[in-house]
Amino acid sequence: MAAHGNSAASAPSAAPRRLATGAAAAAVIAYALITLIPLLWIFVTGFKSPPDSISYPPKVIYRPTLEGYVNLFTARSRQTREYIDSLGPAATWYDRLARKRNMVITGPSRFAGRYMNSVIIGFGSTFLAVFLGTLAAYGFSRFRVPLKDDLLFFILSTRMMPPIAVAIPIFLMYRKLGLSDTALGMILLYTAVNVSLAVWLLKGFVDEIPREYEEAAIIDGYSRMQAFVKVVLPQMRAGIAATAIFCLIFAWNEYAFALLLTSGEAQTAPPFIPVIIGEGGLDWPAVAAGTTLFLLPIITFTVLLRNQLLRGITFGAIRK
Amino acid sequence: MASTTPQAQPAARGPRGFWMRASTLSDRALAWLCIAPTIALLLAINIFPLLWTIYLSFTNYRANQPGREIKWVGLKNYKRILGSEDIWGYMQTTASFVCTTMIIQTALGLGLALLINRNFRGHGFWTTVILIPMMLTPAVVGTFWTYIYQPQTGIFSYIVNFFADVGPLDMIGSVAMAPWAIVIVDTWMWTPYIMLLCLAGLRSIPPYLYEAAEIDRANAWQKFRYITLPRIMPFLMLAVLFRGMENVKMFDMVVELTSGGPGSVTELASINLKREAFEKWKTGYSSAFAVILFVTVFGLGSIYVKALNRVKS
Repeated sequence: MAAHGNSAASAPSAAPRRLATGAAAAAVIAYALITLIPLLWIFVTGFKSPPDSISYPPKVIYRPTLEGYVNLFTARSRQTREYIDSLGPAATWYDRLARKRNMVITGPSRFAGRYMNSVIIGFGSTFLAVFLGTLAAYGFSRFRVPLKDDLLFFILSTRMMPPIAVAIPIFLMYRKLGLSDTALGMILLYTAVNVSLAVWLLKGFVDEIPREYEEAAIIDGYSRMQAFVKVVLPQMRAGIAATAIFCLIFAWNEYAFALLLTSGEAQTAPPFIPVIIGEGGLDWPAVAAGTTLFLLPIITFTVLLRNQLLRGITFGAIRK
Repeated sequence: MASTTPQAQPAARGPRGFWMRASTLSDRALAWLCIAPTIALLLAINIFPLLWTIYLSFTNYRANQPGREIKWVGLKNYKRILGSEDIWGYMQTTASFVCTTMIIQTALGLGLALLINRNFRGHGFWTTVILIPMMLTPAVVGTFWTYIYQPQTGIFSYIVNFFADVGPLDMIGSVAMAPWAIVIVDTWMWTPYIMLLCLAGLRSIPPYLYEAAEIDRANAWQKFRYITLPRIMPFLMLAVLFRGMENVKMFDMVVELTSGGPGSVTELASINLKREAFEKWKTGYSSAFAVILFVTVFGLGSIYVKALNRVKS
C-alpha cells in the first residue's frame, strides 16, 4: 500500500499532471481577467454619456457616444434653449453633441496642450538621458575609472531619493533661475531622474558587446571615438531603444514634480487629468477618455517590450 | 565596417593590457569626458538640492515669505518632528501600508509565478496581460479607481455585492475601508513586479536539482522547501526591498485616490510632507521631515543595491 503510494508520487502518470497544469492555467487566466476589469471599465466609460456613467446599477450595455471625448477636448458653456435655437443649425457633429445637452462649444480645452507637454517633456528628457547614459555607460564599461563601483552606486542611489525630499530646494532653485513652469526645467529634472536608469541599463548592454570589435577597429586606424560611433553604437541599437522606452514611460508617468513645479505653461497630463471638471463634479466620461488616450501608448510599449521588462525593472541586473 | 571586424579580430588579441597601453592619458581624459556630464547633472539636480534641504532643516525658513530673516534654529525642527504624535501616526500608517502590501503581494506574486512556471499553453500571453498595470501612471490609476470605488455607481461595490450582499461599499469614504482601498490598488498594480522577479528566480533553477530530489523520493513540499525557496529567495528579497522602498515614499497614487482621507486614515508620510511643505509652507520644518524620510529610504536603498549586486553575481 505504502509502496504503491510512493511509486505514484515519484512517477506520477500523465493525467494528474495535466490536470494540475490545467488548474494552474485556469487560476492564472482568472487572475489576468480580474486584472483587466478596471482597464476595460475605464475604456468603456470613455464612450458613455455622463448620465450613463453615474447610473445605478453600473451599465454594461449602453449606447456608445463620443461625448466624453468631445468634452475632453472642448470648453463648453451652458446656454438657454432659445439662444441655442437662435444660432441656426450645428455646423459639426461635435457641436450637435454639445447642443443636445444645452451646451455651446466655446473653444478647445487645455487637454491637447497638456498632452503635448507630456510628449515634449517626455521625448526631450528621454533623448538627453539616453545620450548622457550612453556616454557614461561606455565610459564605465570600457575605461578604468577610479572608484568605479562607488560612482555607479552614487548614480543609482540618486534614483532612490523621494521626490518630495528634494522638491523644496528645486522649487526654490527654479524660482530663482526662472525655470519653474518651463518645459526646459522639467526636461532637465526628468533627465536627472532617468539618467541613473539609463546608465545602469546601457552599461549592461555595452558589457555584452565583445571588446575585440573595437580593438580591431582601432588597429585598423580608427580613433577611440570613431570606433565607439562606428562599431559600438550600431551594436547597441536594440539596447538603446529599450532603454529609451523605459525612460519615456517613467517621464510620462511622473506626477509629484509636475504637480509641485508646474501650473500653467509646462503642466503635463498626469496632474491635469484628475481635475477635468464637468458640471456637478468630475466629468467621468471625459476623465476616462483622457485616461484611455494617456495610457494607450504605455500599454502598447509594455507589450512591445515584454521580454525586456525584467531587465528594465532591475536596472539591468537580471537579464533572463 | 562589418567586414573588417572579423578579419582584424586575430590581430586584436594582442599583449595583455592593450587597453592601458593605448595612450593611457588620453583614455583617462576620454573616460572623464564620458562620465562627467552625467555626474555634473546629478550633482546639480540631486545632490545640491539635497544638501540645501539639509541646511534648510536647521532653519525656520518659509518659502512663501522670501523677505523674512532666516534664523538658524539648530535641532529644533527635528525635536518637534520626533516628538510629534501626529508624525508618528503617519509613520505608523506608512509602515502598516508597506507591511500589508508586501505580505499580500509576496503571497500572490510567488503563487502566480509558481503557477505560470508550469508553462501551460499561452502562458506568455497571460503573463503579459498581468504585467500591464505595473507600467501605468500611478496618479492616473489613482484617479480612475476613485470612479471604480464609487459606493453607489462604482463597479467594485457592484461586483462585491454580486457575491456577498453587503450593501453599498464606501471604500474611500469610510475609515474602516480606506486603508484597504489603497492596499487593493497597490496590489493590483505591483503584484506583477514581485511575480516577474520570482519567475526569473524559478527559471534560474537547474532542472537536475528536482530530478535528483525525485530520486531521493522528496515530496512536493520538501522540493519546495529545500530547492525552490532557497533558490528564489535572493530574487524575492530584491523585489520586496525595492517595492518596500517605493512604498515608503508612496505619493502619486494615494494622493489621487484618497488624498490622505478620510480624516488622516491614509495620510502617508510623503503626503503629509507635501502638505507641510507646499500648503502650510513650513519649509524648515518640512525639510527636517524630508531628511528623516530620505534617511529611511536611503537605508533601504543601500541594502537593495547590495542585494542587486549579489543577484547579479
